[in-house]
Formats: sequence, structure tokens, C-alpha cells
Amino acid sequence: MREITFSEALGEAMYEEMSKDPTIFTYGEDIAKQGGIFGAYKSLLGKFPDRIIDTPISEEVIFGSALGAALAGMRPVAEFHFADFIFTGMTSIANQIMKFRYMTGGQPKLHLVLRGPDGVSKSAAAQHSESIETIFMHIPGIKVIIPSTPYDMKGLFKTALRSDDPVICFEHKMLYGLKGPVPEEEYYIPFGEADVKKEGKDVTVVTTSRMVHESLKAAKELEKEGISVEVIDLRTLVPWDKEKVLESVKKTHHLVVAHETWKRAGWGAEIAATVQEEAFDYLDAPILRVGERNVHIPFSPPLQDFVVPDKNDVIKAVKKVVGGM
Amino acid sequence: MEYTKEFLQGLYRTMVRIRTFEKTAEELFLQGELPGFIHLYIGEEAIATGTMANLRQDDYITSTHRGHGHMIAKGADTKKMMAELYGKKAGYCKGKGGSMHIADLSIGVLGANGEVAGGLPIAAGAGMAIKLKKTDQVVVAFFGDGASNRGAFHEALNWCSIYKLPVIFLNENNQFASTERVQETTSVENVSDRAIGYSIPGVTIDGNDVLKVYETVKEAVERARNGGGPTLIEAKTYRIKGHFVGDPTLYRKEKEVEEHWAKEPIGRFEKQLKEMGKITDSEKETIWKEAEEEIKEAVEFGRNAPYPAPEEALTDLFVDDTGYDY
Ligand SMILES: Cc1ncc(C[n+]2csc(CCOP(=O)(O)OP(=O)(O)O)c2C)c(N)n1
Repeated sequence: MREITFSEALGEAMYEEMSKDPTIFTYGEDIAKQGGIFGAYKSLLGKFPDRIIDTPISEEVIFGSALGAALAGMRPVAEFHFADFIFTGMTSIANQIMKFRYMTGGQPKLHLVLRGPDGVSKSAAAQHSESIETIFMHIPGIKVIIPSTPYDMKGLFKTALRSDDPVICFEHKMLYGLKGPVPEEEYYIPFGEADVKKEGKDVTVVTTSRMVHESLKAAKELEKEGISVEVIDLRTLVPWDKEKVLESVKKTHHLVVAHETWKRAGWGAEIAATVQEEAFDYLDAPILRVGERNVHIPFSPPLQDFVVPDKNDVIKAVKKVVGGM
Repeated sequence: MEYTKEFLQGLYRTMVRIRTFEKTAEELFLQGELPGFIHLYIGEEAIATGTMANLRQDDYITSTHRGHGHMIAKGADTKKMMAELYGKKAGYCKGKGGSMHIADLSIGVLGANGEVAGGLPIAAGAGMAIKLKKTDQVVVAFFGDGASNRGAFHEALNWCSIYKLPVIFLNENNQFASTERVQETTSVENVSDRAIGYSIPGVTIDGNDVLKVYETVKEAVERARNGGGPTLIEAKTYRIKGHFVGDPTLYRKEKEVEEHWAKEPIGRFEKQLKEMGKITDSEKETIWKEAEEEIKEAVEFGRNAPYPAPEEALTDLFVDDTGYDY
């Protein structure tokens, strides 16, 4: 199969759906002339000039106008530039987009997508490095997709562009250049279907985004020590695939949840709580969580490395749970 | 206005020190020595320099992601700045902040800021504190043209106007917000036109003319110190370098940059000083040489300083060291 990058996969999803649906348009900061600050839209440069729009630095309006445009019959795709700057327009999302349909007794279908980069890169420091997907799982009202491969990026995003509900998509900065197999034919990946990225029998690692790759590296090393790890990529957090996780835990009897975002009250806690509520008797050890330490992302490379989880943290956690703690 | 030779050469020296720092930082970054991303102030030196010549050490400023020049002009130690750019423990923020988050509260720098317009509400708050404490300090809030399109800018202007706070809003209009031209994203021809909506004085000046900046800010500072409230000053300039080091700059042509480079503030001021008979060639050379030595020392200091220990990432969130729950 041919291989394309994560950002090319996003570009293809946009291109294919925009070609079919004239109501799709996209806007945000620095997307039209340079294809996005991390090149996410590079493959769209020169295409759909009327429907790819650069905006002022006005996040509250970037997000709020997505709601207005959706209500008025369009399908906006608004970019948030950096996950950290979701906060500068958060009221438009949390108070408007996420509540609107419910407050109005289910009147509109909200055809809108928010998307952009999140996560750490090389020393971008505290205001350009955050992963905040948990917040959108905590507050009700938006579907959350968080792909880890070009294949998933394309398939999930195409589904987002046909969704009747608002969707937010988190694309890890370090993944944009990642290459992977993507078929020529069109396909759609439904929300709420986790993907078993690697089968295993001793322990289940539930993860997303960049940490999928760290978990796969961990699994490879643990394999050499005779520990067989099953890596489940949730791909979407709202909804999340409880069945597949429970099924796997019933097989492996051990669970580690690994995400980049802060460990404290991160979404891993929700998964862990659900599994112990519904499959307590199947567990042979406590569930462990891997996540960022509860401070901000520091600038200095050794400090960032210390705060942000990688494969070694997954290895440590897995060894602890299978070793009977 | 009559200026002493010392004063004028002081302005020149500050601009040269900023330029030298920035050129060095650019080089180090391109060599892969500095982590993160850096936004250069090359070509905009006259604004920080002319502004800060009006300020006392106990006056406050809020800075931006393009803040090295503000720091230097306010009196920061270039060694500690460079060490921070290297992510070293001896840096201003012990390596936790980097270029975009440098701060030195002891000289009134209330932080660079990674959030565009993030400093403006902070400046408003510092203005409230000054008013309540009844001192005659002032605050200068630096921000870009792009920042003037955020709600935080408009809310801060209205706020400082109604409470008559001693805040000078200093817009550095370098024509670009990242890849976007100011004309494409801004409803007014001059950012200073926005002052009308908030009933405060607004003025647009040539930001590459250091004396013009000095004189304009002087008037605003006097007004603010005497209870006259805020002023919006737009200093027009041009961003000579990319938005950040490594920016592919697909959005403009090299020729345009060259045209603006001919108007850059240091060469221009140098010519002015020569015409006024306020600087000799050898004085000029000494200033450049001293700046180079200073920045070279700063680089040595930053380069050779140790990194913080990894565990130090877990300090500085709270004062009392509780509430981390690792
Ligand atoms: C709230 C917010 N939105 C977006 C960004 C990303 N960003 C960083 S700098 C920049 C452009 C800023 O332009 P301007 O205010 O004119 O300052 P300049 O870079 O020209 O000095 C953008 C969009 C940000 N840092 N903060």
C-alpha cells in the first residue's frame, strides 16, 4: 500500500469531502498562505481559495463563529492553532458549542469541526505544549477524536466531516510528519471503535496519539523479556470503546492506561474507574496510569524529558502490574 | 529637544546590544545550539530603546513572544537571558521558561508571553495596583499588530480608560502577524485609530525613529504619572526576519524585505548622530566591539552553565510545595 504522512492524510480527507460538500469551509490563523504553522494543510495550498481562509488572532470568534456558521447551514472546520490557545476562546466552545443543542431541546444538528495541533514538541515550553483533551471528555457536548496514524487520521476526519454533532480533533505535533499506509480508496472510520494496534495476552495498554507509538516501542522491548502486551488505541474519547477495553482486560487481567496529558484527573482515570466498576473480578493487579507529572511543560530539554511520559514510563508501569506490584 | 551626547550614545548602545544579542541568538539557533523557538526583534530595536529611556526601574512592562529587546532595554542581564535560552539553571527562569517566558520581576518585567495579547490584562492589573498604592509608577504594555485583534486588547483598553490607569499601550506594528499581513486582518488603517473607541489618546509614529519613539512615550508617561490615564501608541516598523527562526516566509518576497532593511533603525540613527556631530567613527566602533564582547561572554556563560537536574522540574509550581500529588 502507498504511504503518506499524517498531514497529507488530513489534507486528503479535507480535499475529498470539500470536493463533495460545498458547505465545508475552513479557517484559522496562518492556514491559507503557509498551510498551517506545522504544515497540516500544506497539501491543500492553492486549492479551494474561497473556502480556506486566514483569520485574525481572535479565538473567541474563531470558535464561536463556527457555531453561528453551522446554525446558518454551513459546515465550518475551525483551526485552534495550538491546543493551548483553545483557552483564549474556550467560552465559545464550552458555553456555546457544547451546550447549544442540549439547551435548545435538540433543535439543530451542529455540523462543525474544531481541529489543530496539541502535545509537546522540542522545548516549546508551557504555553505551546499542552494536551487538554480530557477537558472535552469531562464537559459534555462534543465528540473527541485523537488519531495516532495517517490511516486513522484520514478515516476519522472524513467521518468528522459528515458528523451531525460537533467534533474536536487533536493532532499531535510530532505526528504530522509520520508516514504510514493509507489506501487509495475512500474509507470512513466510525467513532467509538478502538483499534488493537498490537495483540498480546499478559497486559492491556490503553492509549492514544503519540503515546500509541511509545507504547508500541515499549511492547517490543517487553516482548524480549517474555511479557506480551496488547496495545489498544482508543482513537476517539467521546465516545470511547468500553467493550473492546473490557474484552481485552478479561483476557489479560492487567491494565495500564497511558496518555501524554497530566496523570492527575487525566482521562486515564476515567478508563481505570470504569474498568474496576465493570470488570473488577477479572483484574489480577491494580490498574496503573502513565501521564505527565502534575506541573507545566518546562522549556529545558532535561526538564521536559522528565515531565513528559515516554516508552520507559510504559515499560515501568507494565512491569509493575504484571510483577504483582 | 536638546540631547546630551551621553544620552544619544546610550540609545545607540542599547540598540546595538539588542541587535548583537539577536544576531547571535539566530546563529546559535541555526547551529542547533538553542532549543525551542525564538522570535527575533531585529529591525524593531528603536521601539524598546526609545520607550525604556523614559522608564525607571520600578516602572513595569509586559512583554511578548518577541521580547528579548524589551528585556535588554529594561536593564536585564544578558548572561542570565542567554542561559535561559540555553535552558540552563543559571537562566532567568532556571530553564523552565525559555525565550518566550523570560521575566525579571526585580526590574519590572512582568513577563514575556507566549499568548498573543496575554500581557495586556496583566498590565491593566498592574495599573490598578499602582492606582491603589498611590505611587507614580507607570506600566508599558508591548503588543503586536496581530494582538490588537484579540478581545483581550479591546477589553484592556476599555478597562484602563474607565479607571484612568497609568498604562501605555505600545503597539509594535511590524506589518505581520506570523504569515498574515496587518491590512488583511485589521479593520483600521492605523492600530492607533482604535483609541477613539475607548476615549483615550492614540498616536501613530515611525517606530524606526528612536528619538520620535522617545519623545512620544515621554509625553504619554508624563500624562500617566500625573493621573491622566492611558495612551495608545502605534510604532510602525517592519519585521525583517521570519516570524520565528526557521520560518519559510512563503508570504512575502525578499525584495520587500530589502527595501525595509534600508530603513532599519540603527543605521539610520547612526547617520543622524554623525550629522549632529554626536558620535565619531571610533566611538561607534567601540560601542559595537563592547556589545560583541558582552554577548560573547553571555554565550560562554550560557553554553557552559549546567542544566537543571531533571527532578527540578517538580519545583516552583507552588510556594509551599504541597498540592503536587505526583
Ligand atoms: C492567543 C494566541 N493565538 C495564537 C498564537 C500563535 N501566534 C504566536 S505569535 C503570532 C502572531 C503574532 O503577531 P503580532 O501580535 O503582530 O506580533 P509579532 O509576531 O508580529 O511581533 C501567533 C498567531 C498565540 N501565541 N497566542
